Amino acid sequence: MRVDTKAYGSVEVDERQTIEFPYGILGFEKLKSYVLLDAPQQPFYWLQALNLVEVAFVLINPVIFRPDYTLEIPEEELEEIGIDSAEKILNFAIVTIPQNPMEMTANLQGPIIINKETRVGRQSISTNPEWGVRHPILKELAAIRQQPC
Amino acid sequence: MLILSRKVDERIMIGDEIEISVIDIRGDQVKIGISAPRSIKVYRKEVYQAIQQENIEAVKAKPSALPEWESFVDRATHRKE
Repeated sequence: MRVDTKAYGSVEVDERQTIEFPYGILGFEKLKSYVLLDAPQQPFYWLQALNLVEVAFVLINPVIFRPDYTLEIPEEELEEIGIDSAEKILNFAIVTIPQNPMEMTANLQGPIIINKETRVGRQSISTNPEWGVRHPILKELAAIRQQPC
Repeated sequence: MLILSRKVDERIMIGDEIEISVIDIRGDQVKIGISAPRSIKVYRKEVYQAIQQENIEAVKAKPSALPEWESFVDRATHRKE
């Protein structure tokens, strides 16, 4: 299928890359269909809305810069998208890129959860107040690199 | 908006299934208990709004602003205290 994307213009996307968000994403509740695309700049991904080219989120696996990150969300929020075991979970954080990209932050309080098998996703809200909406990726990456192995 | 006065231990029903109780009042802080079906999501509004606002910020990301991870990691690794 052909998809208009913010990052790459019009591209051919496999149907298996589509992800349904039945509840939308907070602030974008009306948009329910997205595609998940690898960014050439790994380990980033783009979550591109199917019906509105301007709406695309940069995603990252939070464990890459916060190995201590754990997904703490109400169990029923997982059940609602058919997740009954940890193996089915794909977990991402939405990245915000300010004027200076080196100051980019990740939202660990509102994780994106995807059921790998059914490709249904949602944005959840962490029950652990330690996780905020703006974790500075570079700073937290530096913190783990400075620790002795 | 409907405004009701309640004392400690008094309750409010919203429909048949949602019950709000005033647990405790101390100075300018009120402790509220909420009983609702699991399907009803209950959040502190500021948390909900913070995530919503952050999503709106995140969507402004320009594809050209996405850095190469290698150079990004280098910056992290070579940073001194």
